[in-house]
Amino acid sequence: MTDINYLEDTTLQIRRDILRMVHKVNSGHPGGSLGCAEFFVALYFEIMEQDTDFDMDGKNEDLFFLSNGHISPVFYSTLARRGYFPVEELNTFRLIDSRLQGHPTTHEGLPGVRIATGSLGQGLSVAIGAALSKKLNKDPKTVYALMGDGELQEGQNWEALMYAAGKGVDNLVATVDLNGKQIDGTTEEVLSLGDVRKKFEAFGWDVIELAEGNSLKHIIASLKDAKSKLGKQKPVAILMQTEMGNGVSFMMHTHAWHGKAPNDEQLATALSENKETLGDY
Amino acid sequence: MTAYINQGSNDTRSGFGDGLTELGRTNPDVVALCADLIGSLKMQTFIDENPERFFQIGIAEANMMGIAAGLTIGGKIPFTGTFANFSTGRVYDQIRQSIAYSGKNVKICASHAGVTLGEDGATHQILEDIGLMKMLPGMTVINPCDYNQTKAATIAIADFEGPVYLRFGRPKVPNFTTLDLGFEIGKGIMLQEGTDVTIVATGHLVWEALEAAKELNSEGIKAEVINIHTIKPLDAEIILNSVQKTGCIVTAEEHNYLGGMGESIAGMLSRNHPSPLEFVATQDCFGESGTPAQLMQKYGMNKSAIIRKARHVMKRK
Repeated sequence: MTDINYLEDTTLQIRRDILRMVHKVNSGHPGGSLGCAEFFVALYFEIMEQDTDFDMDGKNEDLFFLSNGHISPVFYSTLARRGYFPVEELNTFRLIDSRLQGHPTTHEGLPGVRIATGSLGQGLSVAIGAALSKKLNKDPKTVYALMGDGELQEGQNWEALMYAAGKGVDNLVATVDLNGKQIDGTTEEVLSLGDVRKKFEAFGWDVIELAEGNSLKHIIASLKDAKSKLGKQKPVAILMQTEMGNGVSFMMHTHAWHGKAPNDEQLATALSENKETLGDY
Repeated sequence: MTAYINQGSNDTRSGFGDGLTELGRTNPDVVALCADLIGSLKMQTFIDENPERFFQIGIAEANMMGIAAGLTIGGKIPFTGTFANFSTGRVYDQIRQSIAYSGKNVKICASHAGVTLGEDGATHQILEDIGLMKMLPGMTVINPCDYNQTKAATIAIADFEGPVYLRFGRPKVPNFTTLDLGFEIGKGIMLQEGTDVTIVATGHLVWEALEAAKELNSEGIKAEVINIHTIKPLDAEIILNSVQKTGCIVTAEEHNYLGGMGESIAGMLSRNHPSPLEFVATQDCFGESGTPAQLMQKYGMNKSAIIRKARHVMKRK
């Protein structure tokens, strides 16, 4: 396993990147991005077998699909820190002529992105397609997907959940970011998701609950557990409880920072809570 | 007059099914998906011969479009099959984001387009799909005219890199094109030369246009007939050359005049060579139950409608 201190340092640096990216353009989605920083580090720096010399087909490597595309800051920072493109390019987030669009896209040719997402509910279907492609190619690698919890209100997810289980797509690990919050409030207030575990199990998924979704060690353990369950005719889901805005004291325990950037003063406070480790871009 | 012979009426969807069967034998990357309409889309032979390359998605078209997009990652060439209504309007955002904007090599194959679907009525008779699809950046839109051309188009789009909307239909219609012509995407076909009026048709209306030209010819009116099987990209050259000669044009399609092929041609002509133009198309309305022939007559999309519009547009020269 990669040195845990390095993974923790990487997480801190990614948090700084997220905060600085959204602050610079006074837009973007820091809350969900911060909540998933540990997940992205675990996946990209510990779990996935990948080739950073990017090729769209991604044969014989693990693939990741981000369905809740609005948390692009954590995705972009992770890809850059992992070596898919220069970290300096994070400076162009949401600016005109940038490859780092507000929501991830293949359209500008950013290495590491295999599908455009942002309009919610579509990523799991795409991940299933990529998993089926791997099966046809006799490619033993794994497809990972991340969805938001509010996003489960989109009906297409349930078509995809039904299909993956019904057809035994068992080279797929879908993680749900259960932060309990969406734009208009908590998921309970907006539209209760009910018992997500029971729903996924009723649809035929193998479900892993991850209560410590902001702990690198716990995330890695769950992802390894998920991998061990593959190949048994069932897709695997990780229900990952996270804290939106994690690591920035004033952004936690509220949905207020879903899609709002910090001002100068707030940025300074947030950065003071997350020390520079690998060097700011 | 060039004589076009009906080699035996057949449905364009069978052209798709037979084209897909051939692709199954010749191109190992081709895969097919269907949303519970295998029989309607004539996909059974492909499935029998390539069961591992077929995906029955169930009645979940949004998921089908997403899975198709994902299948391209790894080099597959997915052909999705369902009715035109469920291939476009129902799944517009999935096509827009996961296929068109993402630049995925998905072939969206749509049967039962237009009112010739018949008795099922307006819930299933989409007359807006060409407009929906041509509006998407990077989408190629093809509407072949008969069995042979649909088969040729199905085979041709597998070798073309990029998203394609392939539109065809339910009823048996005259099969008159020859397979040895092949299929060149974006290249209109001159079927009949003439000097008095240009008739540009697509899909089921191409045969009607030829029949109309025959009757007009007997009256001494020399109609030029062009088959525009590819609506986007539009072959402007063949249309401009014709209209510069004839001075007027009728467009004919089984679609709403808003958003259809005719609208694309009107825009192109107004930019390059403004000319009198008449639409043979539905007039911003929904269809209804009936036989295909009854509906094409009632909604003004057949030989007699083309003749009427041709006479009218010539007076506007």
